Amino acid sequence: MNDVLAVAELKNGVLGSVSKEVVSAARGVADALGSSLHAVATGQLGTANAASGLAFFGADRIVGIESDDLGPGRVDVRAGLLADHIGRHRYGAVLFAATARGKDLAPRVAAKLESPLLSDVTALEVDSGEIVATRPVFAGKALARVRIPMAPALVSVRPNVFPGLEASRDAVVLETVRTETTPCPGGYRVKGFEASEGAAIDVSEAAVVVSGGRGMKGPENWHLLGALRDALGEAAALGASRAVVDAGWRPHSEQVGQTGKTVTPKLYFALGISGAIQHLAGMRTSEVIVSVNRDADAPIFGVADYGIVGDVFEVVPELTKAIRELRES
Amino acid sequence: MNITVCVKRVPDTETRIRIAADGQDLERGGVKYVVNPYDEFAIEAALQLAEETGKGKVVLLTYGGEVAKETLRSGLAIGADEAVLLRGEPTMDGWATARVLVSELAASDAGLVLFGVKAVDDDQQQVGAMVAELLGRPCATAVTAMDISEGVVTCRRAVEGGQEVVEMDLPAVATVTKGKYEPRYASLRGIMAAKRKPMEEKDAPEVAPGFVVERLDYPPKRPPGRIVGEGPSAVAELVRLLREEAKVI
Ligand SMILES: Cc1cc2nc3c(=O)[nH]c(=O)nc-3n(C[C@H](O)[C@H](O)[C@H](O)COP(=O)(O)OP(=O)(O)OC[C@H]3O[C@@H](n4cnc5c(N)ncnc54)[C@H](O)[C@@H]3O)c2cc1C
Ligand SMILES: Nc1ncnc2c1ncn2[C@@H]1O[C@H](COP(=O)(O)O)[C@@H](O)[C@H]1O
Repeated sequence: MNDVLAVAELKNGVLGSVSKEVVSAARGVADALGSSLHAVATGQLGTANAASGLAFFGADRIVGIESDDLGPGRVDVRAGLLADHIGRHRYGAVLFAATARGKDLAPRVAAKLESPLLSDVTALEVDSGEIVATRPVFAGKALARVRIPMAPALVSVRPNVFPGLEASRDAVVLETVRTETTPCPGGYRVKGFEASEGAAIDVSEAAVVVSGGRGMKGPENWHLLGALRDALGEAAALGASRAVVDAGWRPHSEQVGQTGKTVTPKLYFALGISGAIQHLAGMRTSEVIVSVNRDADAPIFGVADYGIVGDVFEVVPELTKAIRELRES
Repeated sequence: MNITVCVKRVPDTETRIRIAADGQDLERGGVKYVVNPYDEFAIEAALQLAEETGKGKVVLLTYGGEVAKETLRSGLAIGADEAVLLRGEPTMDGWATARVLVSELAASDAGLVLFGVKAVDDDQQQVGAMVAELLGRPCATAVTAMDISEGVVTCRRAVEGGQEVVEMDLPAVATVTKGKYEPRYASLRGIMAAKRKPMEEKDAPEVAPGFVVERLDYPPKRPPGRIVGEGPSAVAELVRLLREEAKVI
């Protein structure tokens, strides 16, 4: 059987949890196929070293492709080098992370390889030597089961859905590929980056999301949500409904829903959010949903696992306090 | 400079979808269709860029059934100049769609080809970047604002943790997301004018999809939730449940 490849993502030179999920999901596929699993990371000097931790998640071979041209944002160069690597090794299946960067990268690689791509899959199985993937369609109102031939089978996996299971291997090979020549069409230049305030972790990758809606009344009240997020720890991020983003209270990067981000955290707080169908489209696959709304008939209670009927301005500070106390004890 | 915008007809997000009996497709009847919301941002971007430079046409391109003319008409009504329909049935395979669109785009003189960042039906988020690769042109995805000057387009992109600025030599490709470009509404005059604007129709080339959708299912129903209580006094019980029952904190 041809080998399986997991494409890891480094953030500021560090492996993110999504990369562990991708390698772990790919380990499952490789086991079912009886294949060996490679993991690849691309970046500047030191990338191979940074990726070596993927050995704990089941990679048999870890390849670091290093080039001075692989600076931040150089998706054009990255796509060219990955397509070369994939083409040369004739992988049977390649898994990407369906993060913002992965969604920018994977279609370019697929087109260079002249292969179809399944984006944002939430389940993977191997049947008769082929990959069968499940992915949400129509804003999560249906699930499509898709069979994709190994020519190679390219898929990106949704963050927070596949567990990052530890699976140590006996012998792991670490390979560094230094490359000077970088195949890319040219004409694409990264000029700069402006960080937005407070966005340590993107809402689409966060394990816990604290989302606020119009019921929060105004941007001046967001410190209440910031405090709750801080109490929940480092894996938590802020989210927002579109009403809030349209009003200019929060940036679009935090919008959850049909025309915002799709999130699948372990825990989602909908605070002062009514639960419009377009909002649900972005968060209904969260593992546990908590809502606080003063209207007992708000549609959000229809999907929430736990709800409190009440005023966010009374409930949220109390919740922050209780969680902080729990964490400290 | 001419700008081409690729647009897709998709079910309205408010629509309740029903899966057809064979489990392979949607029940088409009773579904309301709209222009893919992200493509509306792309159309708006094209109109603003054309207005700023003061010359060049905005051309709409869609691959779809006869009914997709409706989608093209609504784009013409808000100001696009011409439209092209590639008649056929698109599938979930964006690589197949990209090749169909390129059959038209390869010969087009458009300096900029714009896409929505994603189509909200299949949500593959891939067609724009694939078309760019096929055309051998640079591509910026998730663009929130653009400026054109002296053969270069400067794009602001929404990326993890902030905004990235990217420059591309024209001709180029971009996929547009929410940002600077709030779609305008059609005026009555626009709607009337749209009826007289050129719309070209041709059969799409046959491109076989590279994978098979075996089945559509409804997502598993969430287990019924529960109201823990009312007001701040319910917080203690909520936190206990999150810790002991759901085990998420
Ligand atoms: C094409 C399209 C795309 C869309 N995409 C998105 C999207 O991506 N994401 C999205 O979120 N929406 C989207 N929408 C908009 C969506 O339809 C709703 O309008 C929006 O989600 C409503 O936001 P909200 O819940 O914050 O506000 P509202 O619906 O106004 O709800 C506010 C809620 O707060 C409660 N409340 C008020 N005061 C308090 C208080 N003191 N304490 C507790 N509760 C209180 C109210 O009971 C109410 O339920 C889209 C719409 C369209 C047409
Ligand atoms: N059938 C189609 N006809 C024209 N444009 C399309 C079609 N399908 C997708 N697109 C374009 O590609 C973008 C991304 O679609 P997708 O990759 O399917 O999420 C859309 O926003 C459209 O701009």
